[in-house]
Amino acid sequence: MKEQFRKMTYPYVLWISIMVLLPMLLIVLYAFTTYGNETLTLRFTLQNFRAFLTDTTFLQVLWRSLVIAAVTTILCIVLGYPMAYLIAQLGDTGNIIVILLITMPTWINMLVHTYAWMGMLQDGGLINQILSFVGIGPLKLIHTTTAVIIGMVYNFIPFMILQIHSSLASMDRDILNAAADLGANELQRFLRIILPLSVPGVLSGVMLVFLPAVSSFFIPRFLGGGQYVLIGNIIETQFLTAGDWNIGSAISLIMVVLIMVSIQMTKRINQNERSQG
Amino acid sequence: MNKELIHLKHVSKSFDGQLVLDDLDLVIHENEFVTLLGPSGCGKTTTLRIIGGFETPDEGQVIFDGIDITGLSPNKRNINTVFQKYALFSHMSIAENIAFGLRISKKPQSYIDDKIKYALKLVGLSGYEDRRPDSLSGGQQQRIAIARAIVNEPRVLLLDEPLGALDLKLRQDMQYELIRLKNELGITFIYVTHDQEEALTMSDTVVVMNQGYIQQIGSPEDIYNEPENAFVADFIGDSNIVDGIMVRDKLVRIFDVDFPCVDTGFGENKPVDVVIRPEDVILTSPSASPLTGEVTHLIFKGVHYEMEVTAKGFDWLVHSTRMYPVGTSVGISVDPDNIQIMNKPESVDEEAVPVDLWTEQEGEENA
Repeated sequence: MKEQFRKMTYPYVLWISIMVLLPMLLIVLYAFTTYGNETLTLRFTLQNFRAFLTDTTFLQVLWRSLVIAAVTTILCIVLGYPMAYLIAQLGDTGNIIVILLITMPTWINMLVHTYAWMGMLQDGGLINQILSFVGIGPLKLIHTTTAVIIGMVYNFIPFMILQIHSSLASMDRDILNAAADLGANELQRFLRIILPLSVPGVLSGVMLVFLPAVSSFFIPRFLGGGQYVLIGNIIETQFLTAGDWNIGSAISLIMVVLIMVSIQMTKRINQNERSQG
Repeated sequence: MNKELIHLKHVSKSFDGQLVLDDLDLVIHENEFVTLLGPSGCGKTTTLRIIGGFETPDEGQVIFDGIDITGLSPNKRNINTVFQKYALFSHMSIAENIAFGLRISKKPQSYIDDKIKYALKLVGLSGYEDRRPDSLSGGQQQRIAIARAIVNEPRVLLLDEPLGALDLKLRQDMQYELIRLKNELGITFIYVTHDQEEALTMSDTVVVMNQGYIQQIGSPEDIYNEPENAFVADFIGDSNIVDGIMVRDKLVRIFDVDFPCVDTGFGENKPVDVVIRPEDVILTSPSASPLTGEVTHLIFKGVHYEMEVTAKGFDWLVHSTRMYPVGTSVGISVDPDNIQIMNKPESVDEEAVPVDLWTEQEGEENA
């Protein structure tokens, strides 16, 4: 019985090997070899990494990517948490409808959203028309950091809301009743019970927002304009325009390491939260 | 009886148009161990939640020590609750859990420390201060939930099926623990359960509920020995409930056999429900009783044998220390003291009774 189940996994193992493992290995191989070598005459080198880590422009771009992703993540928490909290207060029907409304945009390709935002953020676009109407604008929005962050928050906030919402919704009503029973008013219940118990939800939201935000390349390209480069754009350029797969692979590998470190850090925070309160 | 502490006055509550409590009236006294007992959906938990303040009644009032607290939120009531699934705060240590209510009411740290120590000792878990709730067994978590509630010195402790999730042995131990705790604390316990044994073991007063109505209020002995209606008789312990005719005072006819009994005041030739507990059925030789039957099932239960005796188409449940093998012909007799007579349910369509009988008895029923 167990043996048969194991056999059933073979196609998946094969699929994952070809579609995931092999490309990963190729990236590692490219990252540690020099340009233009033949299959049988591999020349190993650390030059690709050195090139990236000694080039201040590259490092600035990396830093900028991390900062923008961090700002995006924080905004997603600040805007998403109250939203998730309000949804959790709604009745069953309202809950389903609002969750559906929040999820719906993610069914459409992010590229489409981003094009829509290009139009809206343009100098004569919808946002500026509204801003002029109320007397604040027009402002220069398109091709600015603001535009990039707006685009990222818009695209990634559903994931944050859903994660926080599911941690709030799965909370036992009687835990809150118990807190009320012991004398806690609404604010005390929120600060002492709801907030600490929803931290795991916030952390998984952080992972789902920060990681795609740090490596996003079409949002900065379309909303940030040509000169606005993030790390994702550099990787894209290395592969598609410059044709230097070795440097591109090395940068990708650095990103993978950074992401793995940040996942581990998040897990650590989560565990501390559980064991120490 | 002690002073009246809680009075539910004409309380009604419905959820989604479904009536859960209908004009409920209940008085609970100081220092009383009251158990609300009934099958699921009978309204017992809703009653408890109304007392705790987690539900607001649609109609009626909750009076606590002479003051109307119907609209008061739970955090302002001098009542604490032990929840069915413990509802401990998983992100806090045991000590922090117990201290929660005291910190909210801004008690000094030294007082809080003393209270934690006292409460843990009371529930037999001294030294567990720094443990996490999820490292404790179900029984231990329940004790912490109790400790967390009682440190606030409530006048009433509400317990919502607190032993439901524990295994049998632990449940029995905890029953004695709860009785001891109640005596030590000297406060009112209101306990919700569907387990009749739990209710009989612990309570001063048992409130049997069904479908939003109180069926009977009384001491465990009253409820068991003198059930007021067939529902109570059936729900509390096993019983044989058979149709009978009250021939006259102190004589009831069951399956065309007359049995002497001790009940009076039911009138003459009146249809009644007759309750006989399985341990009160005496099996004899067939010649010794006019009501005879045959043993159809036999199970050894440890303390006694459980037998089923089919007599005149009715299966009698019998508990006896004497064993009669399946197939044995036996006579059935009952001590007059052990026959409990109850009025038939009032509505006519519940029981098909010959019309002439009803018209005949109407006068006496009203009298």
